[in-house]
Amino acid sequence: MSTTPESVPDGAAAKRGAFSSRGVFIFAAIGSAVGLGNIWRFPYVAYENGGGAFVIPYIVALLTAGIPFLFLDYAMGHRFRGSAPLSFARLRRGTEGLGWWQVGICFMIAIYYAAVMAWAVRYTIFSVTKAWGDDPEGFFFGDFLKAGDPGVSTTPVWGVLIPLLLVWVAIVAVLLLGVQKGVGASSAIFIPILVVAFGILVVRSLFLPGAAEGLDALFTPNWGALTDPTVWAAAYGQIFFSLSIGFGIMITYSSYVHKHTDMPGSGLVVGFANSGFELLAGIGVFAALGFMAQANGVAVGDVATSGIGLAFVAFPAIISEAPAGALIGVLFFFSLVIAGFTSMVSIVEVVISAVRDKFEMTRTRATIAVTIPMALVSLVFFSTTSGIYVLDIVDHFINQFGILLVAVISMLVLSWGLRVLPTFSDHLSDGSSIVVGAWWRILVSIVAPIGLVLVLGLSFWEDVKTPYEGYPTWMLAVFGWGVAGAVIVFGFLAAQAKWRDPETLSEVHFNKKGAQS
Amino acid sequence: MSGSAIVMMLVAMLIIWGGLAVAIVNLRRSPDLPHADEIQRDL
Repeated sequence: MSTTPESVPDGAAAKRGAFSSRGVFIFAAIGSAVGLGNIWRFPYVAYENGGGAFVIPYIVALLTAGIPFLFLDYAMGHRFRGSAPLSFARLRRGTEGLGWWQVGICFMIAIYYAAVMAWAVRYTIFSVTKAWGDDPEGFFFGDFLKAGDPGVSTTPVWGVLIPLLLVWVAIVAVLLLGVQKGVGASSAIFIPILVVAFGILVVRSLFLPGAAEGLDALFTPNWGALTDPTVWAAAYGQIFFSLSIGFGIMITYSSYVHKHTDMPGSGLVVGFANSGFELLAGIGVFAALGFMAQANGVAVGDVATSGIGLAFVAFPAIISEAPAGALIGVLFFFSLVIAGFTSMVSIVEVVISAVRDKFEMTRTRATIAVTIPMALVSLVFFSTTSGIYVLDIVDHFINQFGILLVAVISMLVLSWGLRVLPTFSDHLSDGSSIVVGAWWRILVSIVAPIGLVLVLGLSFWEDVKTPYEGYPTWMLAVFGWGVAGAVIVFGFLAAQAKWRDPETLSEVHFNKKGAQS
Repeated sequence: MSGSAIVMMLVAMLIIWGGLAVAIVNLRRSPDLPHADEIQRDL
């Protein structure tokens, strides 16, 4: 007899939607994992934390925490065939709140992630004429965002509002199409396009004068970094934030995969593809930064940066100075749009899937019920002159004290509280090309939590010690700690709501068996 | 580029891109079961 219980009635896949094949699932999972962070976060993190020597903690983190955690998410969703709240509720009724906490996090991320995509859409067009002139920084914060002092303003910025509205229309359209035709097909089309577009960008960057100096700065190893705990924390943090793990996405996606699919084998492809794209991004970004440093007669370290500063300040400067700069600009910002879009779809799908499961809604109704309020909140907060400050604070706190915190807690609850790992490893190994045995249980229950607690602890200490980026205390209290705390409260309140069809919870007969094993 | 930088770049490419190639080869050896008869409605 199979060790995998026939846990779901055959009608469930038909009712909830499903990916048509393993390949589509893998594209969707890569589409989710490869996002803005791969392009604008990894290169600088690697450069800052030992350069070439960072390869070692990075690979260690991928193999000891990233991929094992990916497998844990897969096991949850694939075994319990539900959105994050439904999967947790089917595992043990009392843990449903963890699933809704993850849903709340996805809601918060989606509303500001859309704004960054709207900026990238505008910048794809700006690249053609190099609209920022000779002052990219002043243009971005002043002319484009019209950013005032930190605070909350209701003055709309039409140049952001309109593309933001278009981004939401596109997201809603894809999600209305459903799991296979929307979520799956969009990634299956966009990810190959992304690889080609970014590949051309990398090749172009490598032929710029100074590119070799850029790569030299990125890859020259600083072996001393390996004894620094903050470097290891940076590696675990990068892997964790890059892989889309721990906040419901992979649980949701794997619930749409056929029961007999080789999940661990698929997960290895997803994990290495995500890192493979990061490495490509590192090469492309630092080749371009090397050019910029040489053009300005400064060291690469003086121009190296990450995040919004890299994309919307440093890159425009490179685009202005480089030969065929407009091509570099269009490819770079187009890549950001595509990478962001497939990730954004996955984030919103977590919320839609949860609402569908809980309230027995059709896809169309759930999509409308979820995305319209989301789009409105997004437009209200992020298309005004104060958008960038709110975005920066929410992003920082929801990552550290949302995603990372819920991931660590759910990992500990599953491995030590409910002790379900033996059953999960049987489920994952059944019919798989990889035996997910004791090594996995040790990594998920001991090694990965230690790595992630280290990241969380350092980050918490840093935020308590010094106010993040020097923002006013009230803003940090409301949009930082407040938002991170509110999603926890929301999660456990939402779990109290009744399931429209209580039978939904009993479709998987795992609780008793899981508790005994 | 310095020798050590080139070596570390090649090491990173070998492990990460090589790892991806190995993962794909491994997955292709276990066939994806076609279930064409199954309905994938998404109501």
